[in-house]
Amino acid sequence: MRRHLISAADLSRDDALLILDTADELAKISERSIKKLPTLRGRTVVNLFFEDSTRTRISFEAAAKRLSADVINFSAKGSSVSKGESLKDTALTLEAMGADAVVIRHGASGAPHRLAGWVRGSVVNAGDGTHEHPTQALLDAFTMRRRLGSLDGRRVTIVGDVLHSRVARSNVLLLATLGAEVTLVAPPTLLPVSVGSWPCAVSYDLDAVLPKSDVVMMLRVQRERMNAAFFPTEREYSRRYGLDRDRVAKMHDDAIVMHPGPMNRGMEIAAEVADSPRSTIVEQVANGVTTRMAVLYLLLGGANLGGEDQ
Amino acid sequence: MSVKTSVTTVIKGARILGGEPADILIDGGVIAAVGPDLTGDETVEAAGLVALPGLVDLHTHLREPGREDAETVESGTRAAALGGFTAVHAMANTSPVADTAGVVEQVWRLGLAAGHCDVQPVGAVTEGLGGERLAELGAMADSAARVRVFSDDGKCVSDAVLMRRALEYVKAFDGVVAQHAQEPRLTAGAQMNEGAVSGRLGLTGWPAVAEEAVIARDCLLAAHVGSRLHVCHVSTAGSVEIIRWAKSKGWNVTAEVTPHHLLLTDDLVEDSPVGAYNPIYKVNPPLRTRADVEALRAALADGTIDVVATDHAPHPVEDKETEWAAAAMGMIGLETALAVVQEAMVETGLLDWAGVAERMSYAPARIGRLAGHGRPLEAGSPANITLYDPSVRAQVDPSSYASKSRNTPYEGRSLPGRVVATFLRGRATVLDGKLA
Amino acid sequence: MTDAVSRARDQIRGPAHAVLEGPDINRALIRISHEILERTKGGEDVVLLGIPTRGVHLARRLAEHIRQFEGRAVPVGSLDITMYRDDLRTKPARPLGRTDLPADGIDDRTVVLVDDVLYSGRTVRAALDALGDLGRPRAVQLAALVDRGHRELPIRADYVGKNLPTSKSEIVKVYLEENDGRDAVVLLKEGDK
Repeated sequence: MRRHLISAADLSRDDALLILDTADELAKISERSIKKLPTLRGRTVVNLFFEDSTRTRISFEAAAKRLSADVINFSAKGSSVSKGESLKDTALTLEAMGADAVVIRHGASGAPHRLAGWVRGSVVNAGDGTHEHPTQALLDAFTMRRRLGSLDGRRVTIVGDVLHSRVARSNVLLLATLGAEVTLVAPPTLLPVSVGSWPCAVSYDLDAVLPKSDVVMMLRVQRERMNAAFFPTEREYSRRYGLDRDRVAKMHDDAIVMHPGPMNRGMEIAAEVADSPRSTIVEQVANGVTTRMAVLYLLLGGANLGGEDQ
Repeated sequence: MSVKTSVTTVIKGARILGGEPADILIDGGVIAAVGPDLTGDETVEAAGLVALPGLVDLHTHLREPGREDAETVESGTRAAALGGFTAVHAMANTSPVADTAGVVEQVWRLGLAAGHCDVQPVGAVTEGLGGERLAELGAMADSAARVRVFSDDGKCVSDAVLMRRALEYVKAFDGVVAQHAQEPRLTAGAQMNEGAVSGRLGLTGWPAVAEEAVIARDCLLAAHVGSRLHVCHVSTAGSVEIIRWAKSKGWNVTAEVTPHHLLLTDDLVEDSPVGAYNPIYKVNPPLRTRADVEALRAALADGTIDVVATDHAPHPVEDKETEWAAAAMGMIGLETALAVVQEAMVETGLLDWAGVAERMSYAPARIGRLAGHGRPLEAGSPANITLYDPSVRAQVDPSSYASKSRNTPYEGRSLPGRVVATFLRGRATVLDGKLA
Repeated sequence: MTDAVSRARDQIRGPAHAVLEGPDINRALIRISHEILERTKGGEDVVLLGIPTRGVHLARRLAEHIRQFEGRAVPVGSLDITMYRDDLRTKPARPLGRTDLPADGIDDRTVVLVDDVLYSGRTVRAALDALGDLGRPRAVQLAALVDRGHRELPIRADYVGKNLPTSKSEIVKVYLEENDGRDAVVLLKEGDK
């Protein structure tokens, strides 16, 4: 493992499997009456959130606390950041406070890379702009593995706004590393022009892909995109790319439906699909804590490796 | 203002445009003679050095007035002299914008006072670079600054009617509109070249077509109204094709390329020694692909692109030590321009030193209508001379730069060559690599 | 010792000094099984928890012996102590071993922790902390195949296969069939591998 987790591309196959195996062990902790381990006692984890994302912040906070780390929540709203303090000054402040790890959520792609150049501790990317969200991909892979076993050769279909999705980028990279076959399905306007160079297949036809899929992951589609002419209307989007009961009927019996949340019920996913037994949406939330515990343990649980990979 | 001296200077043994060694005798700010065994009151040893006509930059941001924290006319022209330049065109996107005779004259006077090189102000095409109403182009042309190049650089004159009018209007005083070609709707929020790297990095793409579409339109407009068009900082292979086509029609279109677009590519944003997403590589237009770089080099070699212009764009540290999207766009370039051109064009065999002189002195002076610059190194020409040692190679160390800003993308990179001396009308502005 | 004798010993034992061979290990485990039965009044309420990796195999063997003597199964599990170690910061983060508790848990049971080598006592300290987070046993005992001395904490074993005086510069390696393809306890000098 490297010192930081910024991109799913930072993870070798062995790294990724180590995280998932570690998460498998740690999952048992949440079944015990005492859900706490002493492992990161005395270590400080800062949750540095420049965007509102209560669910991700709480997930990281629970993960760090279950490992006995001290957690400092630094929300950009109402802090010196909103008064114009630069990311670098914020980084130096965290450094002075002795942060062993900084979990950063930022609206600008690449902000965690910049932060990693300014702090000594580990940087964990909790979502940067339209770039990546590697712990989401790890928890998704963890969820798939629990339902389906090994991901080698599994066919995963990711549907929706790939262009603006950090979840899609991290998932494509991690799933390719783990040997799954990924197909992206979206209107062409919501795919990067260079998607052909990604380690995955691309289709514009959801109905053709569904019967062959072991996993169908629906991405959130923001209604603002409609105003920028990425698609004409919600109704048309939903008709062509939404997952409703009729489409689910085309999936094979063991195939699962995933969504990173928050969902637009009735837009990209029908309510009855989201609440069906195929849906892993609630498991994904629980698995998020476990997976993030594994990441924090593997980054912080050992010797401080200094800047060896920087 | 330089005081004419009666002292004569002889430059001994310089290779004029890289040719055989010869002496250059300077008297009264003018080249008095070129030949063997000349003598003068003072001697500058130039054995092994290449003598070039003083370089002329068509595209410099001196930032004064308004952003004196980034650069001033004084510091920027020091950097220019150290880079071998004897004249620079100061872009209009200052604060206030250089859109009146008053502002262009202020910049021109600051240049005179500094005395390191001639400062030729560029006038804004539209009021406040707003893209809505023409600025008083004639007043700027008629001012003491004698403005001939007009540009909204930093912004595109995207309105087709306004661009047509500007192209037509400047014909009255032999002006030229230098267009920053960037279709604004196609580049809303754009961060870097749209391609494989932007897709992976999740940075909003800046498509080549946003530049090419405007260049195509402007070439057609220039042809239609019979005016001169200059295209700033061409960055894509497609733009090269369009300009080549326009020139083949005999239209009066010229174009420039920056040194950084001749050397650097967009993959540096993802993978470089200074880390991913380092805004030191954030520039407008963005760094493009290897194929674009190859096309730009070929176009500069075959004359499709007329000029190398630095687009020297100083920014203070705090505007670059940020997350990518928040960072300012631009790179400094005056002090590395000749080195980068040597690396990209001369070392590769694409240009000889005569070709460099054409593209960095003669052509920019012609396009900017600078009568006293871009003259061949022969008797009777103003003694604007750059002495350059192409045989050395060193690591770029920005701490030594005269520019107030340090936003060079070449820090730590090894580049060839060294400007040894610069003469502005016979007076040394740089000697032995230092300001004289 | 004559050269001939030394050579003969090397041929038998190899260059590293094997202090226990397969049959020795087997005898020791049988003896420990009997001792556990004696000390726990027939093994009532006993849970054997092996500390990964080799402690788990030893715990299973002990359970098998007890089953043979008494005709009933003793619950066996594993207890990974990685997350409770006090030396985590000396090495890169370690992969976790498995923790598997028997279905009935450990509350009010007599837990016998099983490890291959008892040395500083720090592993056992970590195991006691881990146990405390998992439940409340009535009593905790410790079985070790080898006790090599040099305790750094006030901890002792209830059942020991062999007391092995060592110097701190020596390394005790336990090989078990399940893991290593053979049974042996070997004493290595520093630098031997």
